[in-house]
Amino acid sequence: MTQRNIHTNHQGNHMASTRRTFLKSAPLVLAAAGLMSMPAFAADTIKVGVLHSLSGTMAISETSLKDMALFAIDQINAKGGVLGKKLEPVVVDPASNWPLFAEKARQLLSKDKVAVTFGCWTSVSRKSVLPVYEELNGLLFYPVQYEGEEMSPNVFYTGAAPNQQAIPAVEYLMSKEGGGAKRFFLLGTDYVYPRTTNKILRAFLHSKGVKDEDIQEMYTPFGHSDYQTIVGNIKKFAAGGKTAVISTINGDSNVPFYKELGNQGLKATDVPVVAFSVGEEELKGIDTKPLVGHLAAWNYFMSVKNPVNSKWIADYRAWAKKKGLANADKLVTNDPMEATYVGINMWAEAVKKAGTTDVAAVTKAMAGIKFAAPSGFTLEIDPKNHHLHKPVMIGEIQPNGQFSVVWKTKTPIRAQPWSPFIPGNDKKPDTPVKSK
Amino acid sequence: MQLFKPLLLLLLLYSGLVAASPLTELAHADPADRAGLITQWTVQADGPRRQAVAALEEGRLFTSADGNHVLLQGTDGKLSDVDNGQPVAGDAASLDALPVNNSVRSALEAFHAAGDLADPDRSKRLSAIQALQDSANPGLLPLLLSRQQQEQDSQVRQALHMASARLQLASPDAAQRLSAIHTLADSADPATLSLLAPLTVAASEPEASVRAAASQAMADIKSSQWRYNMLGYAFSGISLGSVLLLAALGLAITYGLLGVINMAHGEMLMIGAYASYVVQNLFRSWWPGAFDAYLLAALPVAFAVTFVIGMALERLIIRHLYGRPLETLLATWGISLMLIQAVRMLFGAQNVEVANPSWLSGGWEITPALTLPYNRLAIIAFVAGVLVLTWLLLNKTRLGLFVRAVTQNRRMADSVGVPTGKVDMLAFGLGSGIAGLGGVALSQIGNVGPELGQGYIVDSFMVVVLGGVGQLAGTVTGAMGLGIVNKILEPSLGAVLGKILILGFIILFIQKRPQGLFALKGRVLD
Repeated sequence: MTQRNIHTNHQGNHMASTRRTFLKSAPLVLAAAGLMSMPAFAADTIKVGVLHSLSGTMAISETSLKDMALFAIDQINAKGGVLGKKLEPVVVDPASNWPLFAEKARQLLSKDKVAVTFGCWTSVSRKSVLPVYEELNGLLFYPVQYEGEEMSPNVFYTGAAPNQQAIPAVEYLMSKEGGGAKRFFLLGTDYVYPRTTNKILRAFLHSKGVKDEDIQEMYTPFGHSDYQTIVGNIKKFAAGGKTAVISTINGDSNVPFYKELGNQGLKATDVPVVAFSVGEEELKGIDTKPLVGHLAAWNYFMSVKNPVNSKWIADYRAWAKKKGLANADKLVTNDPMEATYVGINMWAEAVKKAGTTDVAAVTKAMAGIKFAAPSGFTLEIDPKNHHLHKPVMIGEIQPNGQFSVVWKTKTPIRAQPWSPFIPGNDKKPDTPVKSK
Repeated sequence: MQLFKPLLLLLLLYSGLVAASPLTELAHADPADRAGLITQWTVQADGPRRQAVAALEEGRLFTSADGNHVLLQGTDGKLSDVDNGQPVAGDAASLDALPVNNSVRSALEAFHAAGDLADPDRSKRLSAIQALQDSANPGLLPLLLSRQQQEQDSQVRQALHMASARLQLASPDAAQRLSAIHTLADSADPATLSLLAPLTVAASEPEASVRAAASQAMADIKSSQWRYNMLGYAFSGISLGSVLLLAALGLAITYGLLGVINMAHGEMLMIGAYASYVVQNLFRSWWPGAFDAYLLAALPVAFAVTFVIGMALERLIIRHLYGRPLETLLATWGISLMLIQAVRMLFGAQNVEVANPSWLSGGWEITPALTLPYNRLAIIAFVAGVLVLTWLLLNKTRLGLFVRAVTQNRRMADSVGVPTGKVDMLAFGLGSGIAGLGGVALSQIGNVGPELGQGYIVDSFMVVVLGGVGQLAGTVTGAMGLGIVNKILEPSLGAVLGKILILGFIILFIQKRPQGLFALKGRVLD
């Protein structure tokens, strides 16, 4: 399958090696790679890995994160870099292929010797690279909302934990303002994030007195494209009372799903769909007029009005134009892009504070780092649990493909990676421990 | 005096509330109560209330920067405080508008609908009634009943009758509740079930006769729902079947005729889809006025491109591998990877956006529970058309005759002078061209990316093998059968398990009947 991986290594002069040969002659290749990356300018740059799918089903979401990472790196370099050195991005494409994520991560850590990696979207890809980062003591910044149930000393989680996204969203749907939903249709892609999130949500709904017969769970494979019967089932389920759909569909399946919703005329005023993995980027190219009012819960929306956000968007578009990206004037930003941007800047701050890129020293320096984020809030890394304190926002889709914020928290909220709605979590420590 | 101050303030506030204009009332209402306020106003809408609602709807009400005041943006773009009308400096572009959420939006819909009940346009009246019955506002009952008296159109009157019956369910008069239940028993809207449910339990309904009628009505509605459900399953099954058929039809020709296991067949679908993307972009930049017609123009383009590619493949590669199935399989698989990579290099690895023309967006609402999307209907019609053309081509033309002759007995056909080499090439091109047409259709329902074909190749082979090699009727039956069985299994088992079950079933079936559903009858079969 190696033909399918495009190798977009920015360094360019590395030996391309497949996994098998790499493993067989690991020490030799390592030595060679080390020698090759040594010369001349290696000493005055710090290498930064960017590990996002640029092809396959997740490319729709992850490609913009790669662009954002490159933009943030260029911005830091324009201000003189970090510790007197420029940052040098190493971009690889794991192609929405989970084992390949681990392979590429190993390559970044042992061959390219990156100081830090920004990457992954799906939890299954993060679970795939986690053992690599823990074994080789690397550092990963993960920018996407996820199901929690994890706290590795080698990872910083700049996306939302369930209590910073999923739970407030369901609370909103149950409130008078949100329509007072009594029945819930949980629809997701079949992998660890939707299954765990729905497990937490089910326990949460039970605690609110919602019975099992008022909850329906359904999963589709990655890349699924026929949502006819599922939308039909939602309609049928909704006959039993005020219903809301909670969608944890990931990747390009969202396009046929939302098209089907629009075509079958399922209106948000009747059955609102709240999504946790759909942002401005995924809605690009869908006619959103029939979808007005369907919701998304995030910690940032592009439509948020504040000076930091407008400058960020303008700077990003100007950078994209200079780089020749297609439709640079119309590029959108979204929550995981904001989390990527915040993560890179916080890491750079921490490196400056620590005076080194050493993983242990940077990890220590990360505690309590603050950053004025485009969401309009000053975000802070929790001193203990490696997660970001984040505000929660709920937005409704507008005819122009943007979201209008209909509800938000007044202050950032601390993450609870170990959800209290999963039994046994109360005994877990609130500090990172290697997973083993 | 110190003591009186708060009292005085309270008095002032109170007088302020009494004199509150609809605008201030709406602006300062709790976000959760705003929808309720608009619903209240629906029955007694007057000038100031209409203006207040319009200001909210048009996004001209803003929260001030400190969050304590609500500002109104006038038609001149200037801001003023809603409480005292004083002008306020500032730029609306940097302020957050008061949110219009789903509950406010449906209240707004009902607010406007009340005015549309007397609209001369019949369809407008119908949609107004729909909006009003969704809002479930008991204050509307007199309005609906009086309109019912005046309405001339029987269908609109029936809709008004239904809408008022919903509200009469809450009537204190048992006889009225009973007649409302009888009216609603004919409803095709599944939402009525949840309205009737409380009337079947003793806790909320004291009259036993009403309870019995409500239970009976619910049973009636459920049985009509069941029929519509079956219709829905049948439709989505046929729709999936027609997609499978489009993907498999070309394969049935190449596999049936040449016995070539063409792993690159999926890529022909993909190339067809990309052809419609290219045509779409050409229309967008050169001929935006006729954009909706781009899909029709894409059909011949997609067919021509894939026809040529198919013939080239046959001439250059597959011809040299006849009779060596394993090599053919590997070679075509290699070709498929090359084609994917080529498309990646040309168009990028990301999915490209292929828009639905406006005549393919939306759907035909048969009942509130069943809507048939136009794009699915169009694909079913399109498949039927392609099928007829293919059948005519195979059965009514000279080329078709040759193709059938070669399929049945290659050597005999050769010896009576059929140019088998040319027939092979044309047939391969034809199969690929049909796949290209399928790609245009697929671009309307799914994502268009370099790996589009990979998702269909396994399904296509399943259809061909199940249906029987070299038979059009077999392919049709196979595709429709797989589509319908898949859609029947999907709701109860889930998409993943359903697929696995079908695969298992096909393996068992092939054990029992290796020639498929429809076997080709001939003396010599190679």
